Parts: sequence; C-alpha cells; structure tokens
Amino acid sequence: MTAPVIMPAASPPLIELVGVRRVYGEGDSEVRALDGVDLVIQRGEFVMVMGSSGSGKSTCMNLLGCLDTPSGGSYRFLGVDVGGLDRDALALLRRHYLGFVFQSFNLLPRTSAMENVELPLVYRGMGARKRHAAAAHALDLVGLANRADHTPAQLSGGQQQRVAIARALVTEPMVLFADEPTGNLDSETTHDVMRLLQTLNRDRGITIVMVTHEPELTHYASRIVTFRDGRVLSDVPGEGGR
Amino acid sequence: MILWNTFVLALAAIRRNGGRSLLTALGVVIGVASVIAMVNLGRAAGQQVTANISAMGPNLLFVRPGMTAAAGGTRAEAIPFDPDDLQAIRSSIDGVIVAPGASASATVAYGNLNATTSITGTTNEYFGVRNLTIAAGREFEARELENGAPVCILGPTVVTNVYGSAEPLGTTLRIGATSCQVIGVLSPKGSNMGQDQDDTVVMPLRAVQRRLTGKQDIATIYVSAVEDGTSGRVRADLITLLRERRGLRDDEADDFDVRDMAELAATLQSTSATMTALLGAIAAVSLLVGGIGIMNIMLVSVTERTREIGVRLAIGARAREILLQFLVEAVVLSVFGGLVGVALGIGGTWIMVTQLGMPFVVSVEMVVAAFAVSGAVGVVFGYLPARKAARLDPIAALRHE
Repeated sequence: MTAPVIMPAASPPLIELVGVRRVYGEGDSEVRALDGVDLVIQRGEFVMVMGSSGSGKSTCMNLLGCLDTPSGGSYRFLGVDVGGLDRDALALLRRHYLGFVFQSFNLLPRTSAMENVELPLVYRGMGARKRHAAAAHALDLVGLANRADHTPAQLSGGQQQRVAIARALVTEPMVLFADEPTGNLDSETTHDVMRLLQTLNRDRGITIVMVTHEPELTHYASRIVTFRDGRVLSDVPGEGGR
Repeated sequence: MILWNTFVLALAAIRRNGGRSLLTALGVVIGVASVIAMVNLGRAAGQQVTANISAMGPNLLFVRPGMTAAAGGTRAEAIPFDPDDLQAIRSSIDGVIVAPGASASATVAYGNLNATTSITGTTNEYFGVRNLTIAAGREFEARELENGAPVCILGPTVVTNVYGSAEPLGTTLRIGATSCQVIGVLSPKGSNMGQDQDDTVVMPLRAVQRRLTGKQDIATIYVSAVEDGTSGRVRADLITLLRERRGLRDDEADDFDVRDMAELAATLQSTSATMTALLGAIAAVSLLVGGIGIMNIMLVSVTERTREIGVRLAIGARAREILLQFLVEAVVLSVFGGLVGVALGIGGTWIMVTQLGMPFVVSVEMVVAAFAVSGAVGVVFGYLPARKAARLDPIAALRHE
C-alpha cells in the first residue's frame, strides 16, 4: 500500500502533456477526442478549462485525473509517465495525489457527511480514530463541522458540494480536479463554492483544475485554457492569480 | 487492516439497504433452516428406532415356524415348535435365555367393561427376554406354571380399558370362556412402531394351551443372547440346531424364521440414514436457491450502485478492493442468513420433535457444516457480481445514470 515513488528530479512540472491524443473507436468510426494537446500546469495554479461540449475538455480532464490513459503522446505527472501505468498503479496515484469533485456531488446516499469524507482515508488504510479527526478537520475547513452527522438528503446542494470538496481535500491532494462543480448549484451557492475553492488554492497551495461552462466564473482562476476540436484554442492568464 | 476496513465498508453498505439485505438473507435462512431441521429430524427418528428396538428386549431373537413346500407345489404352514425344542435350545446353545410363547386373541371382561386383547402364554423368563418389569403383584409360581393355573398378569392398557380406576390385583378377570385371577400388573412400555405394547395379558404357557388355544403348539420361541454382540452367533447356532431337529436336508430351505432384532435395528438405522440424507439433499436445493437469490440481489445492487463504485474507483480504490468489498457483503449476508437459519432450524426441530414425541438431537457437525456452507454460498454466488463491480471502468461508472 505504498505510494508510487515519485522522485522530484530537477523539479519537473506537476502536469506535462506533450502531443497527447485520445482516440475512441477504430477505422471509419474513429473519433479523435484529443488531437495533439500540449499543456503544462505548475504547482499552485488555478486552471479553468473551458470549451463547448465535444471540444475534448472532459476527455482531457479524465486523462489529467488518471482515470484514463492517452492513445498517443505523453502525460507526465511529476515527471512520471502515466501512460505506462496499469489500472492499479493509476488507482494508487489517484489515492495519494489527486482529489475529485463532481458536478452531481456523488456522495454515498444514506451515509453521514462524516462517513462520506472518511471514505478516501479508508482506502489509505488509516485507523478509525485518525480518520475521524482528519474528516472532522476537513468538514470544519468547508464550514460544515455542525453537519457531520447529516446524510446527503438532509443537506442542500451547496452543502453537499462542500462535503464533496471536504472528501476531496481530506487526503491533502496535490491536485484537485473539479468537473463542473457548480453546474447543479444556484448562483449564490456557486460563488460560495468558488470562494471555497479559491481559498483552498491560495491558502493551502492546492493546485485546482476545474472544468466549467460559466464564463462569469473565470475571474476566480489564475489561468484559463479553452479547448476546441480536441486542441487547445487559447491559454490566457486569469484575474484570480495570487 | 485493509480487510477490516473492507469489512466495515461492507457492513455500512448492508446497513444502508437494511430491508433488502434482510430479504436477500432470507433465502439462505430458509435453506439452512430446512437442512438443519431435516437432518436433525432424521437423526431423531433414527435414534428413536434404536431406542424402541432395544426396549423390545436386549439382543432379542424371535423364532417362528415358517412355510414349507408341500406336495403339489403348494405351501403349507410348517410344524410348530414343542417344549422339547425349547429344552434343546436351552441345553445346547450357550449364553441364552429362552422363553416360549403361545398366543391367542380373546375378549377380557371385568364388571361391565370388556376389551379384546392379545394373550401370551409363557414362562417367567419372558419378562427378562422382553425387558418387561412387574409394577405390582408378582411373577408366576412354579406350581402355577406346572399346572397351567388360571392366573394372569395384565398390561397397563388392559387395566385402563377393563378396570378403569378400580384395583385389578386379586380380582377375577374373564378371559374368553375362562376365569382368571389377576396376580400382577406390568410397567408401561409405550407403543412401538404403531403397536401398543401395553395392550397385553400374560399367562402361564399351559394355561393358554389348555384353556384358550386347545393345542400344545408353541408359536414363538423368544431367545435372548445374554452377552451383547453375540446375537449373530446365537442366530447361527439356532438355525443349525433347528434344521437338525426338524430333519431338513442340505438342499431344503429353512421352514422356520429366526429374526434378530439387532439386525433389524441395523436395517432400520440404515434406512433412516438414507432418508435423512435424502431429506437433507432436498433441503440443500433450497440453500442453492437462496444462494442464487444472493447473486441476483448483488447483481442488482452492483448496477444500482454503479456511480458509488465509480466514486470509489476515482478516489483510489483498486479493482481488488472493490471485489473484496462486494464479496464480503455477500458473505456477511449469507453467513448472517446461516446464523438465523441455524437458530430457526434448531427451533423448528425442537418443535417438531416434541410434537412427535421423538428425542431432541442436535447434530453439531451438521450445524458447523451448514454454517460453513452458507459462507461458501456467499463466496461462490457473490463472486460474479463482485467481479462485475471490480471490472467497471471508472469514467463510465461515474457517468452512469
């Protein structure tokens, strides 16, 4: 259960995509979801990924999140070639370095906020007491310490997403991948959640890569990458830089 | 640690779906309960048969005249035994107690009550051979046996039927056309294979021969081997002796029948063991169905929890950990079902056994086996759904609606 050994060889970038392609299907029905993406993300960035549906941004997120591997090109995470890892090694990489927040929260139903947040630590083999303390701390960070024993059904959408964020950051990940985290929230709670993410990025140095459709959120980001037709269309700095 | 955590995860998942988990386990509950009840009931029946046979008389052999091939290919009843046969058995076979038996059926009456019962004419050895004890009164005196005196010893059923609550000792009972003085009452023995062993009257052999049957025949010779385990040897000796006395040639079949109760007990035991195995096998089918029920529900559960599996994979669960979790869920369900099933099975056995008046037997190895089998059912039928869960693609699982 040890983490894959990652040597900080001359401090490589956190994420480095070189000519990455991702192809679904074969022959005539071949779909090139990503067609030669070059992208470098450094530690501490808050990257917002934009683009219309079918632009390849979700495919890119899946690759970055080590849920998928590229068909061509190379993806280096802290200098390690992810393309050469098997399913279990990818799982361990996610377990130890990555956190995920989804559009539809994906909390376990009929399970308390506390238990939901503890879940990733269970897979890390952490004992119950330490797990409990860490989860309580994470819930406190997202401002839900007093909702620890509520089940998702007893929480509002914004609160559920904050529990999901607590679940993602309880393992103290290097990168937090957020796939349209505000897609199911109203505008007020959207900004609550965005401010939370920004705080995590600024105060705790967690790198955040977030997919969104909402242009009005771009001012939270330090960088905005726009996809079109499986390629990076534009890559500009945002207002949210430190 | 990981296994323990997996166990905790599985328990949490089971608790989350409490009602469905109970229904899932129900199949195994019924399967295990029926296996346990059937096997224990079968064993109880087997024990009862043995107990009944040993109650009939320890190491008892019945000798009866059989059929003989007569002229013209017909079969006729063979010659009955006589007192000389009895004497010959006593003097030439070691370690036996021998009692004659002449039987008749007659109506007995006292006051205004009467009943029809079976009368056995015999000697005092009969009580030892048949494992009977005299509850009140006395055995026959030598003089009474010699003369065929009109005295009798009654079974408890006869006392109830003919005397009601009156005291039988010392009264005069009418048996058929003769009167007879009651000198004793037997202890109750209960019924055996549908026959009431207490519905009987015992008289001196000569009294029955002279006053009831009018013949000198001895219908049955009761032989008891004194030492345990010698009934086989005694049986062989009896056959040799009787063939000789009846002048049978080597190519002629026996015209008498020696029935060994030990042998009968063994036969009945093996019959009941076969029945037990058969019942157990039928019950095992329901356990199999219970296992399929678990597989079915687990498959539904995997489909329903696809997103959950996606989340677990995303946060770093490896395929083998997902597999283990679902396997443990299935095993916990089936073992829980097994536990409840064992309890229900034993309870059910107790109820049936007390209703049927049989001994209560719990076969420990059967309980352990049923428990182990229910665990195995969980592993076998939980594996397919668990493998399905473990093979899910995280991206597809997260997108699942």
